[in-house]
Amino acid sequence: MRRASTRMACGLAAALSLGFAALPALAQETTSRIDGADTAWMISATTLVLMMTIPGLALFYCGMVRKKNVLATMAQSVACTALCSLLWFAIGYSLSFIGDAPWLGTFERLFLRGIDMEATSAFAPTIPELLYVVYQMAFAIFTVALIAGAVADRMRFSAFLWFAAGWLIFVYVPIAHWVWGGGFLASAGALDFAGGTVVQLNAGIAGLIAAYVLGKRHGYGSDNFAPHDLSLAVIGMGMLWIGWLGFAGGSALGANARAAFAITATHLAASAGALSWMLLEWWTRRKPSVLGLITGAVAGLATITPASGFVLPWHGVIIGVIGGAICFCACTWVKGRLGYDDSLDVFGVHGVGGAAGTILTGVFAVAALSVSPDSPEGSSGLLEGNARQVLIQLYAVIAVLIWSGALTFVLLKAIEFFLPLRVSEQHEIEGLDLTQHGEAVQ
Amino acid sequence: MKLIIAIIKPFKLEDVRDALVAVGVQGMTASEVKGYGRQKGHTEIYRGAEYAVNFLPKIRIEVAVPADRVATVIEAIIASAKTGQIGDGKIFVTTIDQAVRIRTGETDADAL
Repeated sequence: MRRASTRMACGLAAALSLGFAALPALAQETTSRIDGADTAWMISATTLVLMMTIPGLALFYCGMVRKKNVLATMAQSVACTALCSLLWFAIGYSLSFIGDAPWLGTFERLFLRGIDMEATSAFAPTIPELLYVVYQMAFAIFTVALIAGAVADRMRFSAFLWFAAGWLIFVYVPIAHWVWGGGFLASAGALDFAGGTVVQLNAGIAGLIAAYVLGKRHGYGSDNFAPHDLSLAVIGMGMLWIGWLGFAGGSALGANARAAFAITATHLAASAGALSWMLLEWWTRRKPSVLGLITGAVAGLATITPASGFVLPWHGVIIGVIGGAICFCACTWVKGRLGYDDSLDVFGVHGVGGAAGTILTGVFAVAALSVSPDSPEGSSGLLEGNARQVLIQLYAVIAVLIWSGALTFVLLKAIEFFLPLRVSEQHEIEGLDLTQHGEAVQ
Repeated sequence: MKLIIAIIKPFKLEDVRDALVAVGVQGMTASEVKGYGRQKGHTEIYRGAEYAVNFLPKIRIEVAVPADRVATVIEAIIASAKTGQIGDGKIFVTTIDQAVRIRTGETDADAL
């Protein structure tokens, strides 16, 4: 008996060692197609997108708030970068981009386990998977940081941290999966190149809901809320604009002509948006403001975001003009009429711009730009005869709007059960820098 | 001894300083302040939100002089700070009880 089992054990061990010996050969057969040029560009793009949050958005926002809240506003960008990075590493990436269930990913890449030197993602086969993880992380961080603008000047820092963590997991991750991770919107054929729905509309709606839930700032409409230092905001906008070239160009996931098309359309849209807002303001207010110029540029960027890799350069100009104009109306007339206090116009610029851009993608998409092994005919839009794409885009907008709006509301109410979302009125009057952080800009 | 306090338009600071040096005043203190008189403020507009700004930037100068020099100094300030437009400012004169030079301990007239 013992001899038989020993022989079996030896035989099993021999078989296993042969098996293991064969494995490296198997690994070599499925050689990863990691391309040096693509990887180099994507590393650069990742740093550009990260720069959009720290310090791009931090500066853009802090220049527009009052002096007593400057540091607190920047703290939101920095803290959510740190917090969301760790959460993305832990479960965010896995639940967004692994697995092909329609609603949510899987836990297969929990804490990024299983990613080795040769691993690639099915969505970006020519770059290391870890690079794809970090690139997408930069997008997630930016989206959460955007929302902070809607509740500037009044949100409790601790509540914001809980909100950032919860929102990333319950709102961003599912939507990223739906649109980019092989979920139901991707299956439906929704086009979103760099995040018109996942980033812009998502953050915009969340910002609107948060602005309503938290309520207006003390003294809104009567006190002087003039920006404390718009020069900081201009610098921040510059970083956003330049970083956006990585946001869009990197969404091509390769160092190729499509990236060049995306970058060009993005840049032209920013330019057109800036001028469009400037001219509207010049006409209605008799003076072109610097705040208008920079906001118009960002509006153009937000609007072109979903379309950048699908459209031609001249489409980018038109989309930028439309984005600048629509967002100008949203931030002035609509906001005034609806009476909500979205401190830094997250909804008016990113929400409205993202939604408009997503639908315009369905209008302008050019099939030749999106030809790939997975999609040999590319994706075309209304101008090329495919009217249905506009409806698919609208479907995506509605789906994201409903999920983001509803879950943001639920999340805020859940947090409110445990701690107040706003600082006390006295602290709001004194300023968040001193009361939340014990610091002041001298 | 008298303390002359002058509120002037900010861009006039150097002109006033030159004029005071010319009449023999050896020191002054300047601070940035906000204020208004008959010169109304202005409206600023930020993305559709209008704010009325009532306080305008001004410079406040303080000069301590012996009582017999007050008239000369006031004349010098008026001549250099005046533009003829609303908002030129005002001059106030108050009495100083004591003055001390910190470095040497000199008092009153010797301290000015």
